[in-house]
Amino acid sequence: MENREFFYRRLHSLLGVVPIGIFLIQHLVVNHFAVYGPESFNKAAHFMHDLPFRIVLEIFIIFLPIIFHAVLGVYIVFVAKNNVSRYGFFRNWMFYLQRITGIITLVFIVWHVWETRVQIGMGTKELDYSLMENILANPVIFWFYVIGVVSTTFHFANGLWSFLVSWGITVTPRSQKIATYATLLVFLAVTYIGIRALFAFV
Amino acid sequence: MAEEKLTLIVTRQDSPDSAPYEETFKVNYRKNMNIISALMETQRNPVNANGESVAPVQWESNCLEEVCGACSMVINGEPRQACSTLVDKLEQPIRVAPMSTFPVVRDLVVDRSRMFDSLKKVKAWIPIDGTHDLGPGPRMPEKKRQWAYELSKCMTCGVCLEACPNVNSKSDFIGPAPLSQVRLFNSHPTGEMNKSERLEALMEDGGLAGCGNSQNCVQVCPKGIPLTTSIAALNRDTNIQSFKNFFGSDNAH
Ligand code: HEM
Ligand code: SF4
Ligand code: FES
Repeated sequence: MENREFFYRRLHSLLGVVPIGIFLIQHLVVNHFAVYGPESFNKAAHFMHDLPFRIVLEIFIIFLPIIFHAVLGVYIVFVAKNNVSRYGFFRNWMFYLQRITGIITLVFIVWHVWETRVQIGMGTKELDYSLMENILANPVIFWFYVIGVVSTTFHFANGLWSFLVSWGITVTPRSQKIATYATLLVFLAVTYIGIRALFAFV
Repeated sequence: MAEEKLTLIVTRQDSPDSAPYEETFKVNYRKNMNIISALMETQRNPVNANGESVAPVQWESNCLEEVCGACSMVINGEPRQACSTLVDKLEQPIRVAPMSTFPVVRDLVVDRSRMFDSLKKVKAWIPIDGTHDLGPGPRMPEKKRQWAYELSKCMTCGVCLEACPNVNSKSDFIGPAPLSQVRLFNSHPTGEMNKSERLEALMEDGGLAGCGNSQNCVQVCPKGIPLTTSIAALNRDTNIQSFKNFFGSDNAH
């Protein structure tokens, strides 16, 4: 349709933070209960699993937003002609990494959802600590998960920075610079939570 | 006495559709030469390094003081103005090529029409014509004038489009320069009266939403225009405008 680009791009930006970014943090924090032992993880996971209207929540807070963000995201990746070798500025690298981590994150999410949510839905697997324990017992898969999590948290944190620009919140160079440091802290914090949870399963 | 020579490797193209090729020239060196004067040597003596007579190299230039933007080209990998680029400050051999974002007309001459079309698209002017004398417009505070003057320095040279990863043949993004001009004209006391029209033009396909914040533009602009500040400010303005259009009144100008 004509002249929908502005609306779609703003929606893409918004969805990256609300709900997808919020969900990401929630998901990693729930996983982090694994650090306190299998029972603790199972309790947290089952609390989420038993939320009322779970299917509706999953569809509208997780699946549809991620599908929209991912489809438009792949298109945005395709449209750029990256030039970091010629213009090696910091923000140009972040621009490039945002696109690379978008693609890695897509591959990771598809794999991860297939291995967990789809299998649980089909009744071939049970949602509990041992499901993840078995998956992460394979060292190749474990490191794939590490890369996937770091890629996702980077994409989220750096996306938060450009979200602030897209919505006209950080306008001056100074505010954008401070946002760079702030989102770096977000990246470190969220990555720590995510990776610590992974190591709790091995 | 053997004259000092300068090696110039020019990326040439005979016509808009023919294939580009490189040609080397040995140019007589003089002190304080700029790229334009080096190119003029190739015109005076159109013989390449192999001693063959060739068609003289074509390029565009006008002001020769970095205000018209016509002589922009890629010099040793960097898009910049040939008139303000001094040979003594460059590594040799010197490579000059046309900017890749624009269609090549011939040799170093590119067609920058897309930028001028974009300026029309976003209404980068101030309508002052009426059926009667409209009188003097409102005055502009001096401090604001000084600030706006910086934005008005844009010479549509195209360097920012050349450096932008989102301006290419796959995208219809108009690029940083025309965006920043909207901020210039929207901040003018008379231009402000047509603010919403310009913002709405920016919200069309190929407009502001094409920016992905690589921020190369602000790094390469020879005029030091705060392009990324303009873009972020316009993000804010267009968001407010779109909310006004959707939720607000039927008179959201
Ligand atoms: C957990 C999943 C994801 C989260 C939390 C997330 C979050 C975000 C956020 C917050 C932004 C910033 C929006 C803005 O620029 O204003 C963003 C941008 C982006 N995302 Fe994602 N995203 C996710 C998955 C993906 C996937 C699967 C892709 C597909 C390849 C993708 C591609 C992109 C691209 C290309 C941008 C840059 C948009 C631009 O610069 O204009 N994202 N993402
Ligand atoms: S904004 Fe700067 S780089 Fe871009 S066209 Fe204008 S003068 Fe050239
Ligand atoms: S001739 Fe005008 S900018 Fe170089």
